[in-house]
Amino acid sequence: MSRRHRVAGSGPRRSGIALAAAAAAVLVAGCGGGSPEPAPPGGAAAPSAGAPAPGTTTKLTVSAAASLTTAFGRLQEQFEAANPGVDVVFNYGGSSGLAQQIVNGAPVDVFAAANTATMDTVAKAGMVAGAPLTFVTNKLEIAVAPGNPKGITGFKDLARPDLKVVLCARQVPCGASEKTVEAATSITIKPVSEESEVTSVLTKVESGDADAGVVYATDVRSAPGKVDGVNFPEADKAINAYPIAVLKQSSQPSLAGKWVDLVRGPDGQKVLQAAGFGTP
Amino acid sequence: MRSTDPHLVGVGLPGVLWVPAVLGFGLIALPVVGLVTRTDLARLPELVTSAEALSALELSVRTAATSTLLALLLGGPMAAVLARSRSVAARLARPVVLLPLVLPPVVGGLALLYTLGRAGFGGRLLQLWFGVSVPFTTAAVVLAQTFVSMPFLVVSLEGALRTAGQRYEIVAATLGASPATAFRRVTVPLVLPGLGSGLVLAFARALGEFGATVAFAGSLQGTTRTLPLLVYQEREIDVDGAVALSLVLVVLAVVVIAVARPRAAEGLR
Repeated sequence: MSRRHRVAGSGPRRSGIALAAAAAAVLVAGCGGGSPEPAPPGGAAAPSAGAPAPGTTTKLTVSAAASLTTAFGRLQEQFEAANPGVDVVFNYGGSSGLAQQIVNGAPVDVFAAANTATMDTVAKAGMVAGAPLTFVTNKLEIAVAPGNPKGITGFKDLARPDLKVVLCARQVPCGASEKTVEAATSITIKPVSEESEVTSVLTKVESGDADAGVVYATDVRSAPGKVDGVNFPEADKAINAYPIAVLKQSSQPSLAGKWVDLVRGPDGQKVLQAAGFGTP
Repeated sequence: MRSTDPHLVGVGLPGVLWVPAVLGFGLIALPVVGLVTRTDLARLPELVTSAEALSALELSVRTAATSTLLALLLGGPMAAVLARSRSVAARLARPVVLLPLVLPPVVGGLALLYTLGRAGFGGRLLQLWFGVSVPFTTAAVVLAQTFVSMPFLVVSLEGALRTAGQRYEIVAATLGASPATAFRRVTVPLVLPGLGSGLVLAFARALGEFGATVAFAGSLQGTTRTLPLLVYQEREIDVDGAVALSLVLVVLAVVVIAVARPRAAEGLR
């Protein structure tokens, strides 16, 4: 009995102290995240030579829809080369999740959403500076296995009973667009799954578990060799507009505006169109 | 339960432990308070009784119960083997059994998909021999839940088996009991509290399972869309709805743990 007590006494005590330290760290980190202060010197990246204010790095935080990951990554290099001493930091994710983060106080300078509804969430909270501007569009496409073994040629094929079709849930932008096409064409698709993320639809086509999935043109372009895309004219009935806006809380609105200008300008549009986006 | 142990009260609890204990409790409990304060109470009954919510709740309870049973049937004997076998195989197997605790659940789901999916080696054999396809079925939900929850039962039960030791089993053997009789009449009753607590943990984990399910089974109302999947999906357009449904999960988990666990820990009396 006494031996058991010794063992039981020393273990929790040591781990208790470690836990307290961890809890304190979490609390401190939580407090720090909420403050609107700029990044401390030498925080994220080393300042480049010839920066306007030597020894400091300006951080520009961009929350962007996950579908923009590749294109924005390319534009980051251009932007940082043109603006020495600036470090662009991205927060990629589902647009509605990003909107929730911003409304709940995430320190973000620019928001680029995959649909107007999520931008409206932020605008309604009075957090957008100026009016959001559409910078690209995205169109639905059918993702199929490479070589299109099931011979899918159009949207109506997706109603074939021999096909396992995966769609986005109606709650997410790609699902809402797809439901619009169904309504406009009077075609009813019976999917085996309705995913909350367009990337999950793509994964299930890539793995071969779904014969077809309705995704965006940019998603097909992001998985070359793993899926093929099938265009369908009915996709024009539900074109998705991507709005971008500088947020009121930004402590560097002119720099944030430069990012918006790059994205909407010819250089940005070239990169975005290469990724499969359409012009606004 | 330790605090009611007369021996421990006699020794006394060092006061300094209260500080980290309260901090830790706050870290876990305060977010739940935050969730409750965010709840739209007026819409709560309507939100949690929608056809979609009830279907998800029913599916969640049914699949979590099935996967707990599966965890008991497979994980129970596995814990006994891990605790008692001195073979190299058992020693090598232990870290593998604990993998689902470390793996992000969504990776577990992808692993299941690449194994039992249409293109996976297991999936091809199932298609060939039985003509069945696992992804997008309720069976896939149960498999995903069992994958992530079984280690909780195994760890809990293996610990109980090791703590219980083999003294009584040896005595039973010297009195003429066969290994099977000793296991059934001595070992199992001794580890009932550990087994009960492992079952409750496994059930609670299965109930909250999200990542592996969504990656492996997909999401379709009535077939694969469990309550956590519905919460994640509702969050996209209706945060109030998602919060209300989350509260159902919280209440369910608290009831299961508060009601079932003390009884289980006392030995399923």
